[in-house]
Amino acid sequence: MTTNVIGSPLPRVDGRAKVTGAARYAADFNQGGQAYAVIVGATVGLGRVTGIETAPVEKMPGVAAVITHRNAPRLPYAPHKSYIDPATGERLHVLQDDQVRFYGQPVAIVVADTLDQAERAAAALRISYAAERPLVDPADPKARPVVPEAGKQPDARLPADTARGNADSALAVAPAKVDEIYEIARENHNPMEPHATVAAWNANRLTLWSKSQFVVNEQAEIAAVFGLPPENIQVICPFIGGAFGTSLRTWPHVTLAAVAARQVGRPVKLVLTRKQMFFMTGHRPRTLQRMALGATADGKLTSIVHEGTGETSRYEEFMEALTSVTGFLYSTPNVRTRYRLLPLDIGTPNHMRGPGEASGVFALECAVDELSYKLGIDPIDLRRRNEPAIDEGENKPFSSRSLMKCHDLAAERFGWSRRLPEPRSMRDGRLLVGMGVASASYPAFHAPANARARLLADGTAEIEVAASDMGPGTYTSMTQVAAETLGLPIERVRFSLGRSDYPPAPSHGGSWTMASVGSAIRAACMAVQEEAAKRPRDGRPIEATASAQRDPDVAARFSMHSFGAVFAEVAVDPDVGTIRLRRAVGTYGIGRVVNPRLARSQCIGGMIGGMGMALMERTVLDPRDGRPVNAHMADYLLPVNLDIPQLEAHFVEEIDPHVNALGVKGLGEIALVGMAPAIANAVFHATGKRVRSLPIRIEDVLTV
Amino acid sequence: MLPFTLEKVTSVQAAIAAASSGRRFIAGGTTLIDLMREEVERPEHLVDINTLPLSEIRIEGSDLVIGALARMADVAAHAGVQRLHPLVAESLIEGASPQLRNMASIGGNLLQRVRCPYFRMHDAPCNKRTPNSGCAAIDGLNAGHAILGTSNHCAATHPSDVAVALVALDATMQVRGPRGERSFPVEELFRLPGDTPHLEHTLLPGELILAVRVPGGPFSRRARYLKVRDRASYEFALVSAAAALDIEDGMIRQARLAVGGVGTRPWRLRTVEKALIGRAPDRKIFETAARLALEGARPLSGNHDKLELLPRTIVRALEMTGEAA
Ligand SMILES: Cc1cc2nc3c(=O)[nH]c(=O)nc-3n(C[C@H](O)[C@H](O)[C@H](O)COP(=O)(O)OP(=O)(O)OC[C@H]3O[C@@H](n4cnc5c(N)ncnc54)[C@H](O)[C@@H]3O)c2cc1C
Ligand code: SF4
Repeated sequence: MTTNVIGSPLPRVDGRAKVTGAARYAADFNQGGQAYAVIVGATVGLGRVTGIETAPVEKMPGVAAVITHRNAPRLPYAPHKSYIDPATGERLHVLQDDQVRFYGQPVAIVVADTLDQAERAAAALRISYAAERPLVDPADPKARPVVPEAGKQPDARLPADTARGNADSALAVAPAKVDEIYEIARENHNPMEPHATVAAWNANRLTLWSKSQFVVNEQAEIAAVFGLPPENIQVICPFIGGAFGTSLRTWPHVTLAAVAARQVGRPVKLVLTRKQMFFMTGHRPRTLQRMALGATADGKLTSIVHEGTGETSRYEEFMEALTSVTGFLYSTPNVRTRYRLLPLDIGTPNHMRGPGEASGVFALECAVDELSYKLGIDPIDLRRRNEPAIDEGENKPFSSRSLMKCHDLAAERFGWSRRLPEPRSMRDGRLLVGMGVASASYPAFHAPANARARLLADGTAEIEVAASDMGPGTYTSMTQVAAETLGLPIERVRFSLGRSDYPPAPSHGGSWTMASVGSAIRAACMAVQEEAAKRPRDGRPIEATASAQRDPDVAARFSMHSFGAVFAEVAVDPDVGTIRLRRAVGTYGIGRVVNPRLARSQCIGGMIGGMGMALMERTVLDPRDGRPVNAHMADYLLPVNLDIPQLEAHFVEEIDPHVNALGVKGLGEIALVGMAPAIANAVFHATGKRVRSLPIRIEDVLTV
Repeated sequence: MLPFTLEKVTSVQAAIAAASSGRRFIAGGTTLIDLMREEVERPEHLVDINTLPLSEIRIEGSDLVIGALARMADVAAHAGVQRLHPLVAESLIEGASPQLRNMASIGGNLLQRVRCPYFRMHDAPCNKRTPNSGCAAIDGLNAGHAILGTSNHCAATHPSDVAVALVALDATMQVRGPRGERSFPVEELFRLPGDTPHLEHTLLPGELILAVRVPGGPFSRRARYLKVRDRASYEFALVSAAAALDIEDGMIRQARLAVGGVGTRPWRLRTVEKALIGRAPDRKIFETAARLALEGARPLSGNHDKLELLPRTIVRALEMTGEAA
């Protein structure tokens, strides 16, 4: 009966729809009679709107409305916070007052019959400001760190301060030490698909075709903003053209589209420009981290001090897991972590692939590398000497942990034994060659989820969940889970997602979709089979809804994380400083691999993201007014095909009976974590110069 | 984007007539349309010149003649160009992306506008976009800007790669306007910003670029283009160098050198060339000569690194050139 579809490398079930253009993305849902909205953003970085000359623009051809804080409806903005929103602070209330909190903040929205008319009207709108100089640089001494409110409790999910043993005194007496500052630039998600919302009201009911990684939360949030019952709002998003976290939250443009549609009494389409996506829809926060390691001469860690600071906005405290990995990645009796926020005059950051962990692991894994050179111990060996038996932070066993297995497999595939330990000792012709390694880790989260399964008389099955697929292949992997559980061939299963009236699913982020939604689908399929066994076959569809979540007792007993190892080789031109990644190998222990083809593709994508973080990506703000100066795809560098060498991703055999019934841990994020430190460590090995600030660019290695 | 009219012409004469009455030529459109979308360029009338017979790529003796409408990709892939004028091919391949090179014409490439980010920002002052409005880059973020040929009014670099090669090789352009045809060195097409950075080139109203002629010489085949940048493709040069050497009996008899990414126009380095002539092509000589490139360099707050990178790029380009052919 079982068809062994879980584990088989099926091609994407939605691949054909995507490459033929049949897949419809938010902006494709054009509605009859729709108008077009364009957002006008503040051209100052801080201050107040003092005047808006709407009259001449209202007379321009096709213009249906010019909405500003002066004439916008006062919206109820009922309290609403999901776990995807910062726990402290309040969302931007759009067009509700004259304040400008960051460059690009929406200060008006123009609606017209055509997009051209709306763009031209938006460009013609004259706005005056009382402007002040914003504070946008976290390194500016005027920036004052604060203790994140939601981290103050010792049992907080992301505690501001943690300690075991006495890390500072152990550090002071440690025979070997590394104590350095690491910096990571602000990054923007830059998915291919821009944020887009088509909003249509029917009396008091609103339909939103909107790019979202969390349709049920978008429904709840917009209901709260407009003071409507959630059932009046329907959010539809069957396809996402990449997101990397930028569409987890519901940003103000969704509210603006709905406000505009209500104002003009027609459906309204609103698509953000690429430029607007650099300040309106979150970013990976700039971080500054102090990482200090103490060790014995034979490489046993005696202390870790990790003090990390991330930027946030003035109106919300965005937190990420910057210091979380530090307590359990290696064995050491003394650890102290501190996490602070720097409120700046910027929009609120948000989660970007591998949030927190990617940045924190960069600091930790570079510091471990630095220590390995100080001690003259092979970096893999150094990690092996500090491999813990249990999670020493939580004082629990790991549900499974394959970190050293990953290192061993990757070292073999990569050919680590060919590496000469001395920095600057390997060459290829004139080029300096370097090899670097880093560990990776990301939590194996699992959130409660629901699913509906329906068996039809024709022998097919339909599965429905309000989940999303931003690209990892959720359509395919969930179809596999359902097919396997129902014992049906894959072609007989139709999986639908992306509607808020489907059974609710958690946000499509945090690498928990496979675990959470997969488990719910498995439960629903089992429930519908039970139902079918009870009922005579009368040709009517048989339906069952079920939910699944992690057993709290098991969750309390085990520490659950994915682990991985990443190896990278770079070549640096000693004359002109160009740094090129030549190859990389990533190995991951992620529990059961549902679809090796998709999993590999996920990993390669994540590694490329990590490469961008290491060598290219940064959003540069003009300190005078906080504007991003490189808000353009020609100027914000992402790796292009020519930059991407041979990348290998492998999975170690790992059976984890505790994480969930499917035995899956998730891998979207971990694939990015670890790549940046592996590359930075390779750059050091190549050049002998330690660059502790990402991205590493020509200027950084020019004079080595 | 503002509305505009688009008219197709079938003869050079008609194109020139249309341009003389205020219309703008459009070739591949990769610069022009991009900037029209952002309302930095605001022509009301466009003349589509793509059907004019100006896309020929021809080898005449040892000279290369490139029609103004020849596409970057076609020129780079042309067997004769690759064989006899590898510097031209290499500088083209290093430019833009394959998609852009398929559309972009040689004439349009020479007349592309600057990549200074503030040039595209209507809410920032920019003398080049709006004369006398100020320059946001000089006291702003200027890591990508020029160190040579700047003024207090503008410091944007000229972004073209192939123009650097053409200037190095003493290429000339052939243009025709209402008053007839003329030809002049490509180098003279570009103006320094001075206090009129909005005036970028020396074409007269209505003048159409017909072709570019690259003279062949003993150095044509010993010639390389080195473009230094953080990613391998689809990025403008941080610094670039086009170098060509005529080496005989272990001595440099002639040298051609121009650099990009550092000048407000493609920057020919005649003093460096002179310092190379009569010398052996070795690294020490290259290094001494390359230092002369910094004569008159004026770095801004954010681009001091170019002072270090420019001589290094020149040295490496000369070395590559020595190894070539
Ligand atoms: C994202 C991006 C990256 C790029 N990267 C690079 C790079 O790395 N290196 C590089 O060198 N270039 C680069 N380019 C620039 C590209 O090469 C130019 O856009 C292209 O060459 C312009 O040619 P076109 O035919 O499209 O010009 P158009 O956009 O059609 O025209 C440009 C200008 O030239 C005028 N014009 C065109 N033909 C003639 C003629 N025959 N006579 C008189 N006037 C004429 C037009 O009126 C217009 O003012 C890049 C461009 C983009 C958009
Ligand atoms: S450098 Fe030139 S293009 Fe840039 S802002 Fe100044 S004037 Fe404008």
